[in-house]
Amino acid sequence: MSLPSVELLIDKLTEALKSYFPSDQSTLEQPIIVGIETGGYWVAEAIHRAINPSTDLGRLNISFYRDDFTKKGLHPTVSPSSLSSNIDDKTIILIDDVLHSGRTIRAAMNEIFDYGRPKRIVLAILIDRGGREIPIQADIVGETIALKSGEHIKLQGPDPLRLTLKSVGEHAG
Amino acid sequence: MPDKNLQLDGNGKLLHFLSIEGLNQPILTEILDTAESFTSITERNVKKVPILRGKTVANLFFEPSTRTRSTFELAAQRLSADILNLNVNTSATTKGESLLDTLRNLEAMQIDMFVIRHQDSGSAHFFAQHVSPGVSVLNAGDGQHEHPTQAMLDMFTIRHFKKDFSQLRVAIVGDILHSRVARSQIHALNLLNTAEVRVIAPRTLLPVETEALGVSIYNNLEDGLKDVDVIIMLRLQKERMRGALLPSEKEYFRLYGLSQERLKCAKPDAIVMHPGPANRGVEIESSVMDGSQSVILNQVSFGISVRMAIMSMIVGQSGLRGDES
Repeated sequence: MSLPSVELLIDKLTEALKSYFPSDQSTLEQPIIVGIETGGYWVAEAIHRAINPSTDLGRLNISFYRDDFTKKGLHPTVSPSSLSSNIDDKTIILIDDVLHSGRTIRAAMNEIFDYGRPKRIVLAILIDRGGREIPIQADIVGETIALKSGEHIKLQGPDPLRLTLKSVGEHAG
Repeated sequence: MPDKNLQLDGNGKLLHFLSIEGLNQPILTEILDTAESFTSITERNVKKVPILRGKTVANLFFEPSTRTRSTFELAAQRLSADILNLNVNTSATTKGESLLDTLRNLEAMQIDMFVIRHQDSGSAHFFAQHVSPGVSVLNAGDGQHEHPTQAMLDMFTIRHFKKDFSQLRVAIVGDILHSRVARSQIHALNLLNTAEVRVIAPRTLLPVETEALGVSIYNNLEDGLKDVDVIIMLRLQKERMRGALLPSEKEYFRLYGLSQERLKCAKPDAIVMHPGPANRGVEIESSVMDGSQSVILNQVSFGISVRMAIMSMIVGQSGLRGDES
């Protein structure tokens, strides 16, 4: 299977997300772009660079919120979360690389709500690979690729960003 | 001492946290790194993460404690655990119940983690040997043996201010003989490859086997403080003194008390630490304790993150082997 170019997918997401940043928008109303460590953060970084909003890029490390924490544990090498101190009534643009089971997004949303109560969360995903285990859908998708349960797509990076496909016994979320 | 490997499983994962002795450098570093990622949680709106959600932690203190007990309590609460505080001085054991019976009764209440402080050395190991599989024991100080979480928060403090252990001279001053904190600190400093660990104490307050711990020994404070980067003052443990080990507190301060004047023997940017509670005017002068080189209150704050890290590592798998997805 030929995998799409990450660069083109990021351009596509950026184009779609521009509508959330109209030119007459006040700084206070500007959405906050937030990437999920590690792959989602790389994508969010590129989109943040392209859109260049006045709000800081946020980072989520969801290891403390995973529902499989007792099996997976912590990742002390992954950077900790950093999010603007006040997200109340803000629009959050949540970005991840691959949407699979939906559990990562659930964990990320749980964490976001511990920072405050956003007005809205918009989910943008580079690759939707199917295989949802909970009812979560993305608002903006770079590309949908239907994979079998034993297949595993991963974003490698940070430089260059590229997708790899592996067949593994266990599926991951 | 009882079986030291009680704390690790076959894959090197932390099961209990009983003593620094018997642990290894990667585990200590993982604790410090994990604690680092918990420090930012205290700056958030909701200062809680769900790692210990649904778990119950029992604080079982057979000896009085303020700092250790309350930071363990806060750490467990910030990890979303339910917490049970038992001051055993005022409970069933004074009515004659044995340690093991107390343990069995608490286990019947589905406790997942015990935090234990007890006046007998080896008591945490004893508990760990007798708890059911899946139940963990954390040592919050056992007799004159170890106080491993205190040592880890001290290591965190040292790393925070001084970075690289291999470049550091660390002096531990005072009542080494009665200090479980000192014993844990010496093991931890050695595991983290500290350039030089010194102990400074009167001969009467040094245990007989001190040299075997791999430290340099000084009986004179000024000599010992020369060129050190970190000074750890220990509390003079009046309640543990049996017999005349010291002429008087005043005499002790004259010889081993850390004053502004003596602090000048150390490097100008040396940090001053104390595990607390401190006896002002006995082992440390008030102005040093409140001075610019003192990081004593930082130690207390870091204690929460470090205890959160240890508790979450016991509940979860080791992050070093975790597979990101």
